[in-house]
Amino acid sequence: MKTDHLIAMLSMNVEPVYRRQVIRTLSAAVAVGAVVAVGIMLFTLGVRMDLKEPGVFSFLASKLIFTLGIVIATSIYLIKLARPSIEQSAPAALATFPFVAIMGLAAISLSSAPISHWNRLIVGNQWLECLISIPVIAIVPFAVIIWALRKTAPTDLVRTGAIAGLFAGGVSATAYALHCIDDSLPFVAVWYGGTIVLCAFFGAKLGPRLLRW
Amino acid sequence: MTPNEPEFKALMMASLEGDATAHRALLQRLSQRLRAYYKGRLARIERSATEAEDLVQEALIAIHVQRHTYDPAEPLTPWVHAIARYKLIDHLRRTRASMADVPLEDAGQVLAQDDYVSAESAYDLHRLLKQLPEKMRRTIQYVKLDGLSVAEAASRCGMSESAVKVNVHRGLKALVALIALEKRP
Repeated sequence: MKTDHLIAMLSMNVEPVYRRQVIRTLSAAVAVGAVVAVGIMLFTLGVRMDLKEPGVFSFLASKLIFTLGIVIATSIYLIKLARPSIEQSAPAALATFPFVAIMGLAAISLSSAPISHWNRLIVGNQWLECLISIPVIAIVPFAVIIWALRKTAPTDLVRTGAIAGLFAGGVSATAYALHCIDDSLPFVAVWYGGTIVLCAFFGAKLGPRLLRW
Repeated sequence: MTPNEPEFKALMMASLEGDATAHRALLQRLSQRLRAYYKGRLARIERSATEAEDLVQEALIAIHVQRHTYDPAEPLTPWVHAIARYKLIDHLRRTRASMADVPLEDAGQVLAQDDYVSAESAYDLHRLLKQLPEKMRRTIQYVKLDGLSVAEAASRCGMSESAVKVNVHRGLKALVALIALEKRP
């Protein structure tokens, strides 16, 4: 095929392009992923029953700030990653910030508690449920965000896959937090943080295969 | 930043508005720069220069199909460069060459020199088109090769106009996928 013929073909009947398409597609995927994750949590696990008890709301709020921080930071980062670009390291720090913050708070919480309590603070009641639920609930939001990213042109597929996984883990953990009754910060740092990072790891593995264009 | 940035960006902005003449001029200028870029890169890693034209065409299709991912708030050159480099690395990976040798270069280099010959790739468009699903093949034939308007193609295919547009877009993306499949050793 002659390059001139290809150019003639591509320039025939050129359609105007909707410039906000990348942002619109990704925003829709973020919204759908969040609704589906909360829906799965509602139908399978249910919202925690003790919401009206004193103090519970502030525990829940601190968990949600952590998980929503991840969701917001990764969403912004994905809009950058979705466009072809050579350097894109700047917003990476933004996505790690919630993890650094929760680790710091967990460390403070542990250091102010007697060592005999550490086991209870870290292991909590439902670590196994948390370990399984967050990656499982993350599957649908991950599929939705990958579907959206396939309509764009990321050039760093490992990183984009990892951030997509981090996003899905964050959305899933946000939904799971509404159910979970373990409120200690070290528990959140270890089990939430760990499973969300696990999602990012799977995302990084799958990214190059799923996002090629 | 290359001295051509303002000119290229103006063409791109017009092309995004649906200006076919600007789109054609942009692709033509970029093809010359891409050819120089790929010839240089392939020579550096001792690969045959005949692959350069294949890559030029892949990059042109990618620039066309992915033009909605260009952010007008940013300069055009780094965007084109990122696509050119992505397609080079993808090509080397698919043809199982080491890509450790592709250095990060300055964005200016992609659009650095001029090198024009009326060139041809190893791809056979009509053979590739035949492998596409019927709807994609027909809409591309009518709209992109025969030059029918979207409305005319829609009535001939018995589809809505938006379905024609979607099929053309998906068809071009599918062409890229077919080209990639052919590279499997």
